[in-house]
Amino acid sequence: MTLMISYLFLQHYWWIIVSLLASLLVFLMFVQGGQSLIFSLPESDLHTTMIINALGRKWEFTFTTLVTFGGAFFASFPLFYATSFGGAYWLWIAILFSFIIQAVAYEFRSKPKNVFGRRTFDTFLFINGSLGPFLIGTAVATFFTGSQFILNEMNQVKWLTSWYGLEALMNVRNLALGFAVLLLSRINSLLYIINTINDQTLNDRSRKRLIVNSVFFLVFFLFFLISLVFSTGFAADPSTGAITLVKHKYLLNFIQMPVVLAMCLAGVVGVLYGIGITVLRKSTKGIWFTGTGTVLAVFSLLLVAGFNGTSFYPSASDLESSLTIHNASSSRFTLTVMMYISFIIPFVFAYIWYAWKSINNSKINVDEMKSEEHKY
Amino acid sequence: MTMIENVDLTLVGWSRAQFALTAAYHWLFVPLTLGLSFILAIMETIYVRTGKEEWKRLTRFWMTLFGINFAIGVATGIILEFEFGTNWSNYSWFVGDIFGAPLAVEGILAFFLESTFVAVMFFGWNKVSKKFHLISTWLVAIGANLSALWILVANAWMQNPIGMVFNPETARNEMVDFWAVLFNQVAIDKFLHAISSGFLLASMFVLGISSWFLIRKREELLAKRSILIAGVFGFLSSLLIAYTGDSSARTLSKVQPVKFASMEALYQGKNNAGLVAMGFLKDSDKKIEEEVIKDFVFKIELPGFLSILTGGDKTGYVPGIIDHVSGNKEKEILSVSEKINRGQYARNVLKDYKSARTAGDKEQVEKIKAVFQDKVFRENYFRYFGYAFVDNPGDVIPNVPVAFYSFHLMVMLGFFFILLFAMAVYFLFRGTISKKKWFLWIALLSIPLPYIAGELGWVLTEMGRQPWIIQDLMPVSAAVSQISSGTVITTFILFAVLFTALLISEISIMVKQIKTGPKQ
Repeated sequence: MTLMISYLFLQHYWWIIVSLLASLLVFLMFVQGGQSLIFSLPESDLHTTMIINALGRKWEFTFTTLVTFGGAFFASFPLFYATSFGGAYWLWIAILFSFIIQAVAYEFRSKPKNVFGRRTFDTFLFINGSLGPFLIGTAVATFFTGSQFILNEMNQVKWLTSWYGLEALMNVRNLALGFAVLLLSRINSLLYIINTINDQTLNDRSRKRLIVNSVFFLVFFLFFLISLVFSTGFAADPSTGAITLVKHKYLLNFIQMPVVLAMCLAGVVGVLYGIGITVLRKSTKGIWFTGTGTVLAVFSLLLVAGFNGTSFYPSASDLESSLTIHNASSSRFTLTVMMYISFIIPFVFAYIWYAWKSINNSKINVDEMKSEEHKY
Repeated sequence: MTMIENVDLTLVGWSRAQFALTAAYHWLFVPLTLGLSFILAIMETIYVRTGKEEWKRLTRFWMTLFGINFAIGVATGIILEFEFGTNWSNYSWFVGDIFGAPLAVEGILAFFLESTFVAVMFFGWNKVSKKFHLISTWLVAIGANLSALWILVANAWMQNPIGMVFNPETARNEMVDFWAVLFNQVAIDKFLHAISSGFLLASMFVLGISSWFLIRKREELLAKRSILIAGVFGFLSSLLIAYTGDSSARTLSKVQPVKFASMEALYQGKNNAGLVAMGFLKDSDKKIEEEVIKDFVFKIELPGFLSILTGGDKTGYVPGIIDHVSGNKEKEILSVSEKINRGQYARNVLKDYKSARTAGDKEQVEKIKAVFQDKVFRENYFRYFGYAFVDNPGDVIPNVPVAFYSFHLMVMLGFFFILLFAMAVYFLFRGTISKKKWFLWIALLSIPLPYIAGELGWVLTEMGRQPWIIQDLMPVSAAVSQISSGTVITTFILFAVLFTALLISEISIMVKQIKTGPKQ
């Protein structure tokens, strides 16, 4: 294997891959968004069954994306993995916990003799649906707001609060992004339900919910975005690696990377357009625009967090301990090997697309729910 | 170096307990997925070939059970991946450059394959063509077994770290040879041994449940067909598992000789060493480095077999635990004290590097950097880096009774399985299996045994290599995340309660589905 590709390129390449996986994950969390609605959106048991089965055919994909995101992050930026997971322990454990209870809930909820009853497993889905996106959003916000840790000379993490990550919930900006991600996943979910389930009452109810969720989403998201561009950011000197606080760092990143800015704006427009045509024109295609918009917006935010000489995992307590895509990455050799492996990803997308199309060529409706043998 | 200032033994103990708990629960569900997926694929192939609806009915019955087990396997699996970060963060940094790659490959290559086609398998019966459905079922089996490959490659690297060099600048090991990591002999042995144990467990599951149907005189045709597939598949797997177990032990004798000596409770090395078939241990009045030496109350031994196993002939010398701790000049085995000296030397070189870098002495930095590239230094000094953290030479001895009993029980169960499957196939072909009530009961009651054997295998693998998280390079005490032990105790209890509750629910659902039987 040749090692001709520059280390710098590889570090950027892998930040792009990890960011792309994360943005796909945020979109795919429409599964979670839908779970957070299962006690309020349906009018009847049949509705609940339809919603859960519509989501249940996709949950594994969201889950697998999360696991792959974790693996890819570990392989490409192991110091982040060690620092954040080993330090912000409670925050990550809470997220994981919510995914553990999700994984059994679909399969077990309607099976006879499941010991705890359907209501318990539906509550598991609700907890995962609400807590998962909210906490993931909060955790990602710390990429901009910073955490309290130091690394010793062996790069070993010491977390400086005894809350081990839960202190992130004390920061208004973190909370704003948490709520924004949760509301966005609910929006995507409502659009997915409108697209996938053929039931007039349910669709009408979903459109109503869509308006409310969109308004709240905009409030939280704009608050986060505005506070971001006005905030002081963690800049890394490209030659020495020294970390300094720079005013309006993230605004500068947007200005100095116009493509990223364009992506962000296109993303926001896409999200709003999808919502708009669904509410105003009764379209069922909103998910495609809002979904694409979600991916673009999240992707651009993560590029702003890691590119252009920025620390993507800053330590507010000890600037020198902050992580950048240069000091946290794997060796050049590993990144190269992994790059070759990443070339398989388009092929993976292709077969997923093909498999989905072949089992989802008709919409879910009342009749199908009565005849389907493998039902959640 | 402040690598393990104030080692909190409570923290290390609970962190290990938590990982052991989650891994042991995970391994209750994975083997059935590994094996049953292939059994489903074989059954469905017969259905597609013959077009007979009974085979479809049969496939769908086992597929329902597969789905229940699969969900809880996924649930217990996600936590393991992230626990490397949450509880073993120092480890994650020290070796993340190597260890992370197989985990990422696992996600990209295997998990997507598995989760995508599992959806087609469950929901596609009336939606896709017979052929596409069959291909999907095979792809689930291949995907599941591929994911086992990558995680076992990662585990094998911890047992036998190869394909990397230490980079003093980043203070971590970095991969230099991906193929060496992938084709690690330990990885190959481990993969074949683990998947064949999954095949065997699934076969026992199918055989046992089918026997119950025969005892109850229900679904006799379907039960016999299931026994046919499970009997043959199980018999072949039980032979494969014996073969791969044997080759694993040979490899072990070379790469983890202390674990190897411990599982045989061989303290004093000897020529013409016997293989213990069965035995009981007791404390003797002798000690080595403050560790009590175990003695046999009684043992049944196959003379010379251990020498043959490791060296190819009877005269071969098999070193014992004492040789590895105190050293044996004649056999060129270093003592632990010597290894500690060498490990400390390597650590001092690293310290010098750090001071040179802090002082800005570029010439010295480059000079020491070259030392880490030097073959002699790597093979004679850095290789023992982890020994720098060892205080007492006796600490490198694992818990000998645990290693010994887990190994011997596992092997005994292995021979029992060969016999059981051979009998199942024999009675089936004689056409007498329905009448052999005693055999059907044995088959039914044997369902838990492969589960026990599999867990024992992991106990041997993981406890037998203590104190190392990475053989000779890093002890568990240096690998653990520095969080409060109270935190870990809390999450341990949370996981224990949650996983136990889910297990109870899973078993209850499974039993109900079995009692209901195949759908008409």
